[in-house]
Amino acid sequence: MTQAQYRVLIVEDEPSIRDVLRTLLQTANYRVVEADTAARAEIEARSHKPDLLIVDLGLPDGDGEVVIRNVRKWSPVPILVLSARTMEEQKISALDAGADDYVTKPFSAPELLARARAALRRNARGSEQTSVLKIGDLTIDLGQRTASTPRGEMHFTPLEFRVLECLARETGRIVTQRQLVREVWGPDRDGDTRSLRVFIKNIRQKIEPDPSRPRYLITEAGVGYRLSAPVTL
Amino acid sequence: MVESRPDPDELLASVQAAEARARRGKLRIFFGGAAGVGKTYSMLEAARNTQASGVDLVVGYVEPHGRIETERLLEGLEQLPTLPVRYRGITRREFDLDAALRRRPTIMVVDELAHSNIIEGDPPPRHAKRWQDIEELLDTGIDVWTTVNVQHLESLNDLVAQITGVRQRETIPDRIFDEADEIELIDLPPDDLLQRLKAGKIYIEEHARTAIDRFFRKSNLIALREMALRRMADRVDASARAAAVVDRASRAWMARDRVLVAIGPDEQAEQVVRAGKRLADALDAPWSVVYVETPELLKLSQQERNRRIDLLRLGESLGAETVTLDGPTAASALLEYAGTRNATKIVVGAPKRSGWRAWLRRSTTTELARRARGFDVITVGEMEQRADAPRSGRREDIDSARPIHWDRYGWALIINAVCTLIAFAMYEYFEPTNLVMVYLLGSTIAGIRFGRGPAVLSAVVNVAAFDFCFVPPRFAFSVMDAQYLVTFTVMLIVTLVIANLMASVRQQTRVAGARERRTFLLYAMSRELAATRGTDAMARVAVRHVAEVFQCKAVVLLPDGAGKLHLPGERPEPGSFVGSDLSIAQWVLDHGRRAGLGSDTLPAAPALYLPLGSEDHRLGVLGVLPTNPRRVLLPEQRHLLETFAGQIGLAVERARLAESAEASRVEAETESLRNTLLASISHDLRTPLAVIAGAASTLAERSESLEPAERERLARSVERKAHDMTELVSNVLDLMHFESGRLALHRDWQTLDDLIGMALSRMQGRLEPRSVELRLPDDLPPVHVDANLIVQVFANLLDNVAKYTEPGTHVVISATANGDRVEVTFDDDGPGLPLRNRARLFDKFQRGTEEGATIGAGLGLSICRAILRAHGGEISPGERPGGGARFTFTLPVKEAA
Repeated sequence: MTQAQYRVLIVEDEPSIRDVLRTLLQTANYRVVEADTAARAEIEARSHKPDLLIVDLGLPDGDGEVVIRNVRKWSPVPILVLSARTMEEQKISALDAGADDYVTKPFSAPELLARARAALRRNARGSEQTSVLKIGDLTIDLGQRTASTPRGEMHFTPLEFRVLECLARETGRIVTQRQLVREVWGPDRDGDTRSLRVFIKNIRQKIEPDPSRPRYLITEAGVGYRLSAPVTL
Repeated sequence: MVESRPDPDELLASVQAAEARARRGKLRIFFGGAAGVGKTYSMLEAARNTQASGVDLVVGYVEPHGRIETERLLEGLEQLPTLPVRYRGITRREFDLDAALRRRPTIMVVDELAHSNIIEGDPPPRHAKRWQDIEELLDTGIDVWTTVNVQHLESLNDLVAQITGVRQRETIPDRIFDEADEIELIDLPPDDLLQRLKAGKIYIEEHARTAIDRFFRKSNLIALREMALRRMADRVDASARAAAVVDRASRAWMARDRVLVAIGPDEQAEQVVRAGKRLADALDAPWSVVYVETPELLKLSQQERNRRIDLLRLGESLGAETVTLDGPTAASALLEYAGTRNATKIVVGAPKRSGWRAWLRRSTTTELARRARGFDVITVGEMEQRADAPRSGRREDIDSARPIHWDRYGWALIINAVCTLIAFAMYEYFEPTNLVMVYLLGSTIAGIRFGRGPAVLSAVVNVAAFDFCFVPPRFAFSVMDAQYLVTFTVMLIVTLVIANLMASVRQQTRVAGARERRTFLLYAMSRELAATRGTDAMARVAVRHVAEVFQCKAVVLLPDGAGKLHLPGERPEPGSFVGSDLSIAQWVLDHGRRAGLGSDTLPAAPALYLPLGSEDHRLGVLGVLPTNPRRVLLPEQRHLLETFAGQIGLAVERARLAESAEASRVEAETESLRNTLLASISHDLRTPLAVIAGAASTLAERSESLEPAERERLARSVERKAHDMTELVSNVLDLMHFESGRLALHRDWQTLDDLIGMALSRMQGRLEPRSVELRLPDDLPPVHVDANLIVQVFANLLDNVAKYTEPGTHVVISATANGDRVEVTFDDDGPGLPLRNRARLFDKFQRGTEEGATIGAGLGLSICRAILRAHGGEISPGERPGGGARFTFTLPVKEAA
């Protein structure tokens, strides 16, 4: 492949995990830069201008979330978070701080690479202002406020469409519950996840071939939702 | 003489007292017969000598009195700055207790032990009296030197007043004097003292004349000197006896006397208490001050009833046990109490009634003397009437206190009317004498129902009506026949007797009723406390009851592990006392004494604080802010409040014990869980580790000689085993987390299909080729649960299906809404649950089948159970109709409180 290599910055204090990540990413033709502390991470990010950051949240000299916050101040570079399975609150606050996605430890190689590809792809497309989004078989026209699949066109209530639009604008990226509720209902209804659930259920009834096994609109338990093309691992 | 062994309890008590003394600072008192004998001088001289030998000594406060010699002695001694206190526009210099506590010298010199602090001053003092300040210094381990004159001793107060004619307002409890570690008697012959006085060495010149005239008479000084010497001798005697106990010497001479001091609400009571104290001291006997509440005494004025509490408090401060008894008459209650306590001496005031009144109703004293069995009755003669003694104001107060019930008089008149009507009806057929009976009945009813006044009215009107209507000449008042005068008199007497009888019965009922109410209120709180678990819940119950009963705002403050009090958390009970003064409360907790409103310490504070628990086991503080300050201060109320505090203390102590027992039980269980866990998972951990290590080393060393397909197979088995171990480890961690009880649920609204969908995606094809079907009604309400945990429940159940059923098994998950819960049924058509030990299925490390190659350590179902229990539900195993396993459980639809 003659395509220019993507540069990935790995922020992780555990050498063996760094080792695995480096090997894996190099075999997938990425160029890898490493940092083992939060302070180092910011220096490397500024000097190497990476295309993707993979950040572990527990660092010896500070929280990975601080790194995310600081990088976000000057760059829209995609950021992937590595976190343990049970730390929902940590994930949510990392996402709210500006992370694009997270990968749960222990991770499998294909999963990590798929997430990295998705993040890079989204960034490449982010610049082009398009009003028609294609997600797998699903086409969403933000201008016309319609959505369709090969099976036909679907009808949404205004609020349903706003939820869908909100997820579609961030295709592939996790949108936290709080972000969704704020975008759709405004800041006053901050804790109202109950109605959100009902809307998600209704949207699934319309876009999913099998609503009990959603493939487009995925729930990230305790964190939020992600609208993405069905992953074929 | 009989050899008597020291009582072990007494020995223990004396050892404990010695230990407490060792921790406390030492109190040295410079004691004199009168002002001017040179106490302060001697004290400062001793201070100079001590300081010269290098001891850290600070003069806390010395009354200057403008004496030059004293001021000269002060030079060169470290002096604590005095505290300026403003009072009615004047600034006075007072001893600064807080500064003294901060400075913490080895020895603190504070003059004038009997000094009273200015309660209304600004800043207000912590204690009303200086001896309390000094006690606090001693408690913190500071040695204190101070001075006091004999006339300031509480028990000698009235004697001194009798001799000198000057009543001393500033007194100290004898206990302070008796417990002092060292007392130095400063003795100066009266002539020398008078000499010094004339030379102006004692008071400044202009004051000297009046002082000499009134107090410093030679006869007074001789008496005071003698009293001081005697008191000193008594003390030496007492300490010799105390030592004898420890030395296991014979105690035969300490025959157990018990002195009862019986007091009434009369002016002599105070004198009786002091006389009792002197007698008890002389006999070295324990003593009690007893007050009897009789129906008659309940009628006393408020002021006099308040005096009772002062008297009991005086007794307490003199070292007596105080008791309030209830009884029909004082004498019978006293006799009964004397019997139960084996009293040997009863001290009473002299009888007051004389002449015919004494003959008609014997006084308590006479009654006691007549019925005395096994004890002596000692009568204290009355002192000369003091002009300034407050006269009793009982009649006026009573009348103004009781409203007149006009309606009752009205009813009495209605009865008259009815009687007259009946009499008219009977007049034709009966003799007039019989008509009198009807009127008598009417008056009797009035006496029973409406009390004395209406009864008298009824009698008068009845006789008038009878005379007017039926006695010839009819319809005129002219008594022709003398026999109707007799009718009138008898009717009046009968009515009055009945009315009085009823009044006294009613009074007794009221006393009994009040007592019953007290008992009932206390019982109500105790019962609710007994049914309450946890100290915080108890505090809330206590606050509610106290607030209700005493019509006040209340708070129960409990200390944390470090003994510091904190304000109670959010959501106060109605009636909670918010904004209590933590510093006062902390003082109460640290010292185990009450403080605040109406107590000895910080009496100007708006609220009263009582310690909970016993002296050496302090559990907390009860704060009470009365809506009406006078209400909590009433003697009955205060006694009741103390009883309440006692009950609350007991309950809190019980809860504390239960908590620590529970804590150790949990600890033991956790310990045993840990052991079982280790034993059980070691097998499940070793197997996959062996596979991983073997496969990885083969790949590393023999990579070239392996076929690509073989290499991949080995790598895949490393991956799979690592995945299994991850599952196992996180299961174990989760379970530990649940078992520790520290699991915090992150509840949120979730739809069931979403939760199941997440569980299915977590299975990632491990279920294949088995199928899962959802039967969820469209109108199923969202559930309020922790999403991750409930996903885990479904994942664990699905995992079991994957592990224990044949390929092709069909799973059906169905749910129905049922009130505020959703019932979930999880069915499969596999082999079903083993009938044996089905109940133990949820125990840790239980597998449905015996030991096998399946990884999982049998934790799955116990985790499910722990999660569902945390959500307030339960999971139960069953059989699917038509074969297979079934699990049912419920999930909450409402937000948990």
